[in-house]
Amino acid sequence: MIRSLRILAANPMSLFGLILVVIIVLAAVLAPWITPYPTHNGAVVDFAFANDAPSARNWMGTDLVGRDILSRIIYAYQISLVLGIVVLSISVPLGAVVGLFAGYAGGWVESVLMRLTDVFLSVPPLVLAIAMMGVLEPTLINAMLAVTVMWWPWYARLVYNIARSEREEGYVLAAEVIGASTTHIAFREILPNCLPAIITKMTLDMGFVIIIASSLSFLGLGVQPPTPDLGSMVAEGARYLPDSWWLSVFPGLAILLAVFGFNLLGDGLREILGVDE
Amino acid sequence: MSRILDIVDLKLGFKGYAGLTEVLHGMSLHINAGERVALVGESGSGKSVTARIILGLLQETRTARIAGKVSFDGHDISTMSGSQRAALRGTEMSMIFQDPTSALNPVFTIGRQFTEVLRRRVPGMSNETATAKAAQLLADVSIPDPSRVLQSYAFQLSGGMNQRVMIAMALSNRPKLLLADEPGTALDVTVQAQTLTLMRDLVTDHGTSVLLISHNLGVVREFADRIYVVYRGRIVESGPTKSIFGKPGHAYTRALLSAVPRITGAGLPEVPEISDDFLAPMVTHEAVS
Amino acid sequence: MSLLEINTLSKTFAAPGGPVHALSNVSLDVQTGECLAVVGESGSGKTTLANMLLGILAPSSGSILFEGAQLPVKRTATHRRAIQLVQQNPLSSLNPKRSVGASIRLGLDTYGIGDKAARWSAVEAALEEVGLPSDMRKRAPGGLSGGQRQRVGIARALVCDPRLIVLDEPTSALDVLVQARVLRLLNDLRQSKGLTYIFITHDLAVVRNVADRVAVFKSGKLIELGPTQAIFDSPKDPYTRALIGAVPVVDGSELKLRDTLAQGAGGA
Repeated sequence: MIRSLRILAANPMSLFGLILVVIIVLAAVLAPWITPYPTHNGAVVDFAFANDAPSARNWMGTDLVGRDILSRIIYAYQISLVLGIVVLSISVPLGAVVGLFAGYAGGWVESVLMRLTDVFLSVPPLVLAIAMMGVLEPTLINAMLAVTVMWWPWYARLVYNIARSEREEGYVLAAEVIGASTTHIAFREILPNCLPAIITKMTLDMGFVIIIASSLSFLGLGVQPPTPDLGSMVAEGARYLPDSWWLSVFPGLAILLAVFGFNLLGDGLREILGVDE
Repeated sequence: MSRILDIVDLKLGFKGYAGLTEVLHGMSLHINAGERVALVGESGSGKSVTARIILGLLQETRTARIAGKVSFDGHDISTMSGSQRAALRGTEMSMIFQDPTSALNPVFTIGRQFTEVLRRRVPGMSNETATAKAAQLLADVSIPDPSRVLQSYAFQLSGGMNQRVMIAMALSNRPKLLLADEPGTALDVTVQAQTLTLMRDLVTDHGTSVLLISHNLGVVREFADRIYVVYRGRIVESGPTKSIFGKPGHAYTRALLSAVPRITGAGLPEVPEISDDFLAPMVTHEAVS
Repeated sequence: MSLLEINTLSKTFAAPGGPVHALSNVSLDVQTGECLAVVGESGSGKTTLANMLLGILAPSSGSILFEGAQLPVKRTATHRRAIQLVQQNPLSSLNPKRSVGASIRLGLDTYGIGDKAARWSAVEAALEEVGLPSDMRKRAPGGLSGGQRQRVGIARALVCDPRLIVLDEPTSALDVLVQARVLRLLNDLRQSKGLTYIFITHDLAVVRNVADRVAVFKSGKLIELGPTQAIFDSPKDPYTRALIGAVPVVDGSELKLRDTLAQGAGGA
């Protein structure tokens, strides 16, 4: 563990990523206690201070109805991280199991499962999510559902590739000769060797999930007001550029920082965990 | 007798998180023109990294710390630039590897790879000239139907065939020094025997010096004129092959020799555990000529 | 009664260029307690034979009798326990993500032998038998040398008390000194536990010193079978002669033997 942290620390970029991620996570977790205006994540208006430029009172300015942008960004981080965690908690195990069985079992199981995966992969991810959201009511839950549906095939393919190559290894042969069950070989022998790649990808994916969710909200298909969401905030403020620049720029920067942080951290993890490209 | 290769007090260390790991502790060896010299040792002895230093490959690694003098054909490699060292590879010195099929590029035909090798010596050689020359070189290594082989890919040919192709390629530009890293280890034993005979004949014809790196004492005995025995980054014994096999002086050499099973059926030897005797000072046998 | 009776065993694979006869009509017996060497180059069928003995490949025709009873294609736990494997490649034979102890224990877990404590004792005992410290069971395979890994592989094969062990080039990937130690270990274990070995190798010098009998395979056929001494003193098949003659040798007496063999073949 210490050695891993040292390697991470030796690479300035991953260290920076780690720090960013830690800050964001802490901010999201401690949101109710650290936001300057804890109530501003809801249906609150304060027209006296609407559309104010960044000042001592509001470090990132206020939005059109007077809510503090900094506070809303922090709450939006909370929502984004929750969305990311929920999406990944469902899509990763689902995709991994599909990929694991396809990769190890081979034969018709492999063909059927991977063709199914290919079908999902052949649709551009955002298009699929938009299509789903067009049909469903735009709520946070449905947004999570849509993103989950488009996410699992990537893990299926990732795990499939690793499982297929691991199945040729000597330790798998040893387990087969001993007569271990298929379930044991898949989950206790092969899956642990897939974990480094899965964990690395999950970290990188947090950033991507945030972007996809923000894109959906930007198009009005994600979470609805008054819930704060980085994408919606950027969308709302877009038509007031460049005058009330703070309306879009700060949420945009918030997205950037989150994605950047997770990407750098993911790259660092890739190095520690020794994941091949 | 001129020295094709002269290594004096070569030291190598790798810088890591925990500090400097020393791998070679002052190796000195030389190869005369036309000689076949073997570097014998087990894995981790440092014989492979020595070959990479001679080829100028390890110098590119950031974490490598190399000291000592390496001279090739009278020129000091240690002071050369990366591109100068690169210019020597494939032309003045070349290498053949343990697994011939994987050492050849799988996406290019044999002919294409041959052309690339020949062009290192004669840039801009035409395809026709290169193909003709390659076919001749393949015939020299007793490959029947060279033109078919030139149009094939490595995975379509047998291991033995690929080994011959690799030898032909390595010798195509008439290098002064050939490095052979465990040649034939990946091959069947009958094929390995043929390959070694072929290699010996060719290098004798061309007057090429050879540095053979191997852990297989039988192969070394049949191929090399002189031997350096390496243990943990140090040369522990050196001398003519006959002399070393006849009267091994160093404890490590004796352990190695006694550990090899004999086809005469002398039984399984008692092998000593690693002892401090293995770190005893070097034993040198006088040259016979 | 022979421990193993192989009767006209054959295996044919379908391939784009036509059927491949990996093994053709092989019949041989293996006696309890002996070490039978299976020798051949690539394409000889020795791997196919091993895979069928180990129950991971079904024969096309023919049968295998183990202790007098037919070995079904679908093996029971009893059969699997009785026939174990030691592999060639020490770098690939242990799961890098499982501890040494977990890898050794796999058979015990699969066959449901004993409780947790009993299994750990068995693992530690197996480690000591192969000359490794018992606390190695907690370690990950990553830091182990080739020789240590092979010993772990041997411990894994031993821990379930097998009758027969198939050793597929167990020392070919090891350094000279390590090979000698592991060969001696294998020999000692066989004698002390009354095990039977099927020892697959291409190294005839090893065969000469470990095997009681030798079976020579070429292109899927058994071409010569006999006691080790007889095979080396007077090999009948020219292929056997060629194999012995191709071994790179280390001392004078070996050279003499090779020359004698070469002359025996009419100077071939």
